[in-house]
Amino acid sequence: MTPTDTSVPVVLDRVSVAIGGRPILRDVDLTVHAGDMVTLLGPNGSGKSTLVRALTGLLPVARGEVRLFGTPLDDFGDWQRVGFVPQRSTATGGVPATVREVVASGRVGRRRLLRPTSAADRSAVESALEVVGLAERASYGVSQLSGGQQQRVLIARALAGEPDLLVLDEPTAGVDLPNQQALADALRRLKERGATIVLVAHEIGPMMPLIDRTVVMRDGWVAYDGPPLTQEVASHAHHHHDHDVPGGHDHAPHVSSPFDWERRNRS
Amino acid sequence: MTFLDLLSLDFMQRALVAALLTGLAAPAIGTFIVQRRLALLGDGIGHVAVTGVALGLLTGASPTWSAIVVAVLGAVLMEVIRERGHTNGDVALALLFYGGLAGGVLITGIAGQGAATLQSYLFGSLNSISYTDVVFTAVLTVVVLVLTLGLSPQLFAVASDQDFARVAGLRVRGYNLLIAVLAAVSITVAMRTVGLLLVSALMVVPVATSQQLARSFRATFVGAMLVGCVASVGGLLVSAALSFRVDVAPGPTIVLLALAMFTATWPIGVWLRRRSRLMAPFPEVAAAPHRSADVHPHEHGEDCGHPAVPHADHVDYVHDGHRHAVHGEHYDEH
Repeated sequence: MTPTDTSVPVVLDRVSVAIGGRPILRDVDLTVHAGDMVTLLGPNGSGKSTLVRALTGLLPVARGEVRLFGTPLDDFGDWQRVGFVPQRSTATGGVPATVREVVASGRVGRRRLLRPTSAADRSAVESALEVVGLAERASYGVSQLSGGQQQRVLIARALAGEPDLLVLDEPTAGVDLPNQQALADALRRLKERGATIVLVAHEIGPMMPLIDRTVVMRDGWVAYDGPPLTQEVASHAHHHHDHDVPGGHDHAPHVSSPFDWERRNRS
Repeated sequence: MTFLDLLSLDFMQRALVAALLTGLAAPAIGTFIVQRRLALLGDGIGHVAVTGVALGLLTGASPTWSAIVVAVLGAVLMEVIRERGHTNGDVALALLFYGGLAGGVLITGIAGQGAATLQSYLFGSLNSISYTDVVFTAVLTVVVLVLTLGLSPQLFAVASDQDFARVAGLRVRGYNLLIAVLAAVSITVAMRTVGLLLVSALMVVPVATSQQLARSFRATFVGAMLVGCVASVGGLLVSAALSFRVDVAPGPTIVLLALAMFTATWPIGVWLRRRSRLMAPFPEVAAAPHRSADVHPHEHGEDCGHPAVPHADHVDYVHDGHRHAVHGEHYDEH
């Protein structure tokens, strides 16, 4: 595999991200292979969401490089291959909209300007609705749905763009178990189609069997990167030092200063 | 002279055409502004445009052109202040809001024009609409409608969720600026009929009225344009009818008519929302214990008056906090 291999959906190469001059992500390396489902775990403020926002281009990278499908982010133009479910966004706006309308807005990346809706647009929307199990509620107003169902609408919106890479920022926050199950079913269907999934989560619950790999973030570093962990194990490890993270050996760099470049370069 | 004679006058016909176009353009862009939760954006731009009108009066240029230039500049500035995040969106609005109105009144004074001149721009005026104004209004309305209808998928995505739209590859800043500029253009379009101080009402009130009854974005959009047309043409006619006795600017009658339509639909909207909550099907929950109701003399049926709510394969009748489902000769508590 070369570093610019176009089959690798996500490569973060020593990425640091600063918000307002304050380093939030420090020197993060992460490669996500095609077809994998990777969960990002870690306590609040550990940089999970920052990492996701950096890899979707919503936050500028202070140092290092993000490559999507082998292309550096600045030159990347294939955004219809990326689906995104933002954190805690509500599906409702100031004007009522039906479930189908919100899901259909997920097609914008694939639509040409000033063109009517195509048959491909319609069938992608119907299939996305069916995958999240909301086909029967397509003509409901979004505000009539529960919080968990609205979260499923947002996932359907991302699916409608038929992405090869789906990035979800805490889709399970505040979602009850039946809705988490529906969410997990939707992700399974997507995974079976060969899509790559990056998921930030607090509660893994029914998604556990789908996960190929877990990355635990701590204080802006990658503290663990390996076989799937449950949230309980990952948060339990939080109370210990970095080298106590399960997985047998030490994945975490020892932090001696906030920007610990020299140690990395030696190793 | 009767009311019908009035309609045959040239200036009245020009005013009616202008009102109809305004009633289409303002709610069309207003729907996206309300979707973005920036309902007062139109007010901010309207106040800035007052300075534009005053500059026109001072320099002798066409107030319509100077208003459109200043309104577009103000809209872009507001969008930039908002995006840079140095102040909140509403604070940015307020700053331009006050600056625009104060500057406008001051410059009108310097230009040696009285409040009466400014008033026809602030609250609309029936007989000041020239043939060129109508052509100008028509062209701008077509531009606003083509862009809002043609780009509605993109504008809807940007107005509902900016982060999502950016990751989908849309140039979010460009679309935000487009919404602001189109708002500025529609405000200048509406200046002659509704007036700058009330124009924002024609962007927001029809949308608020329409969403009482509509469930989808598309229906809200079309309904708002319908309400906008009825309110602006109707308000203009009311103002013309009243003009036999008193001098009333068309702006206030148009806005009050739109508000009356909102007041009429609001209780219907409340009733519809309550009904849709009541009638939403109950979720299926497995393995609930079987409980039959106490002796229940009432017989539930289609016309019994109790809400009949779908629950899995049967219907529950809701009354006094109970859900009664027919089970043979008696009712079960569900």
